[in-house]
Amino acid sequence: MGEPVPERGVRTEELATRLEPILSRYRGQAGGLIPLLQEVQGELGWLPEEALRLVAEATGLTLAQVVGVASFYAQFYFQPRGRHVIRVCTGTACHIRGAPKILERLEEELGIGAGETAPDLSVTLETVNCLGCCALAPVVVVDERVLKKRDHKKLWEWIRKRRVE
Amino acid sequence: MKLNSPEELFALRDELSHRGDRPRVRVCCGTGCRAAGGEEVLAAFEREIGRHGLDVEVTSSGCQGWCERGPLVAVEAEKVFYLSVDPQDVPAIVDHTLRRGLPLPRLLYRDETGRPVPWRDEIPFYRKQLRVVLRNCGRINPTDIRDYIRVGGYSALAKVLSGMSPEEVIEEVKRAGLRGRGGAGFPTARKWAACRAQQERPKYLICNGDEGDPGAFMDRSVLEGDPHSVIEGMTIAAYAIGDVPEGYIYVRAEYPLAVKHLELALRQAEEYGLLGEDILGTGFSFRIEIKRGAGAFVCGESTALMYSIEGKRGMPRQTPPRSVERGLWGKPTVLNNVKTFASVPVIISRGADWFAGIGTEGSQGTQVFALTGKVRNTGLVEVPMGITIRELVYDIGGGPREGRIKAVQIGGPSGGCIPESLFDVPVDFDSLQEIGAMMGSGGLVVMDEADCMVAIARYFLSFTQAESCGKCTPCRVGTYRMLRIMDRIVEGNGRIEDLEELERLGRWIKETSLCGLGRSAPNPVLTTLRYFREEYLAHIEARHCPAGVCRSPGHFRINPEECIWCGLCAEACEDGAVRRTRQGFSIDPRLCSGCGRCRAVCPTGAVLFTEEVAV
Ligand SMILES: Cc1cc2nc3c(=O)[nH]c(=O)nc-3n(C[C@H](O)[C@H](O)[C@H](O)COP(=O)(O)O)c2cc1C
Ligand code: FES
Repeated sequence: MGEPVPERGVRTEELATRLEPILSRYRGQAGGLIPLLQEVQGELGWLPEEALRLVAEATGLTLAQVVGVASFYAQFYFQPRGRHVIRVCTGTACHIRGAPKILERLEEELGIGAGETAPDLSVTLETVNCLGCCALAPVVVVDERVLKKRDHKKLWEWIRKRRVE
Repeated sequence: MKLNSPEELFALRDELSHRGDRPRVRVCCGTGCRAAGGEEVLAAFEREIGRHGLDVEVTSSGCQGWCERGPLVAVEAEKVFYLSVDPQDVPAIVDHTLRRGLPLPRLLYRDETGRPVPWRDEIPFYRKQLRVVLRNCGRINPTDIRDYIRVGGYSALAKVLSGMSPEEVIEEVKRAGLRGRGGAGFPTARKWAACRAQQERPKYLICNGDEGDPGAFMDRSVLEGDPHSVIEGMTIAAYAIGDVPEGYIYVRAEYPLAVKHLELALRQAEEYGLLGEDILGTGFSFRIEIKRGAGAFVCGESTALMYSIEGKRGMPRQTPPRSVERGLWGKPTVLNNVKTFASVPVIISRGADWFAGIGTEGSQGTQVFALTGKVRNTGLVEVPMGITIRELVYDIGGGPREGRIKAVQIGGPSGGCIPESLFDVPVDFDSLQEIGAMMGSGGLVVMDEADCMVAIARYFLSFTQAESCGKCTPCRVGTYRMLRIMDRIVEGNGRIEDLEELERLGRWIKETSLCGLGRSAPNPVLTTLRYFREEYLAHIEARHCPAGVCRSPGHFRINPEECIWCGLCAEACEDGAVRRTRQGFSIDPRLCSGCGRCRAVCPTGAVLFTEEVAV
């Protein structure tokens, strides 16, 4: 997500222009709602209310129907996301090899809970269920990179530095 | 390059497989090895081989299984298998093994006596395995269709299209005894035949790659490491069912690499005339589209998955009508798991009798497990059905890392916990059902004495409770109530009546829920209540977690009137929180972690527990 992340209160016209190439391919197709939402979120990084309205308009669904579907799935975000995303695996193997403790410590040091984003949009903390590399449990992923155990120390240092800044 | 007939495919296969064996190095880039640095090792090999100008083929492969010891490197011509390879080891490997044909002992597996074991198949972790579904995983390059064709890929499809009737295909799958690998074990041939019999057209075919179990990664490994086997299996299924113009592969949101490899595989299959219009010039057509999930466990359930593809909320519906009658877009639909489809090509190629000869009477073939937890060797394993849990845990898993193994959790959130005393039960669909567990996804988590069974049961329940879609009341409200009780017990505030209440609720939820999520959600709690009741009792009666996992909100203190100064509490305390003074023993609340060991060992009941007063 190198693209600029829109802040809250984006202007609808600007958004409409930016999303038009995506929306035009799904116009009138209610069945394509999920891939459409995925593409819009891929473009913006999250789903602002204005974007949801545009999606509703394009597909011919009501806003309630669109939000009803979007809110059902864990992958759709209704808040802007941080520039960095830290994900802690809370899958079974990671759970029994100490994920809860890591999560607790991250929450404490970052000052945000799981599923939250720091107010300065620097970082988002999330949990996921099994990333499929249980052998490395407990797994922490920073921006799609899986941390090996010996990298955990670097993570703590990075967090500490961030706090000083 | 388009293949215009089955004969052209066979000719290409023979050409590729006879084209002298260039020495080949396979670097595992499966999920585990990739995370451990597989790609850097691959790059180091390419650099080093280029530098020496060697005629060696270096390729990445899908998961080779032993994720614990990754990155794995197999030098095939020399039959040498290296573990935990670092990019810095690569020059030595190239020099020793590729240039001089010598193994590099320090990177080899060593058995108990310290003797190095060069080749994969002799290592205990691999010896008892039988790779059928994973036959190509880790042995071919998943991004190159020619590598798949070389090892016999698409030959089953060619065989089917050049001389088998759809009925014969279904009959073959039936004789093989193939049961669905998605968890429930429904006979695959029966599903296909039922859909074939439907009048309504068109029909649809779906591959379920949602893999929602929070401790499983075998479907992912197949999709990433051998995507063509799934495509081939689906195409054969489409032919057998008839009137299926299009199929979908529904892939879980967290699996971007699987999507990438699948997209590539689909494109290549179309280029080679193995998918799309007029496949292999036989007039048969079939297309496949990928659908990415959006993150909901319940979407693994068949009816929910179909709603999700239709762009709706993924909520299961009442059955009947079954999906084979009214599925996707209201049309007859067959849904099978990734591993089910991946099994089909080998059944056709090697014959139903071969497949049926593996495994047990009621459960033919093999099962793939994601073996994790407190064993030495974790990773992806495939074994014949009917192997015992003990063999899986001790022979393949290598036994405990330390301490004693207490139980395994099999089948993920819908499965159950099986105690050590039942480790001789064979692993097959029906035996597991009998002892209250389930094959489920094939997650297999080994637990030792440091794991609290109550906390594990609570963990799985919290997962299913959060993932309940909320459509039916027993599941929505029932799992919530069970979870609140479990919370109470874990926190040390349980009551003895709670156990019966859990059992009563569990039974009701199982009987009255709408879909498989609710119907299996109580299993982890019910099995632990059945096999590890004493741990629940310890939490409730002694407010003590025997494994030392659960912390109670409150504090322990020693009643001087009752204390006989035996000092057992001080010995039992791992936090050094029990102080000895002239006045007797006391507990320092700042050091106490609330494990309750002191209370459990006190012979006179002098250790008291005071609940924290809510503020
Ligand atoms: C809550 C729930 C989750 C499920 N998740 C999966 C899954 O992730 N993958 C899968 O193949 N089957 C899953 N199933 C089973 C499917 O409903 C279905 O039975 C299966 O995909 C059929 O394929 P098979 O006949 O090849 O086993 C799930 C079922 C339930 C009730
Ligand atoms: S449980 Fe964490 S990666 Fe599988």
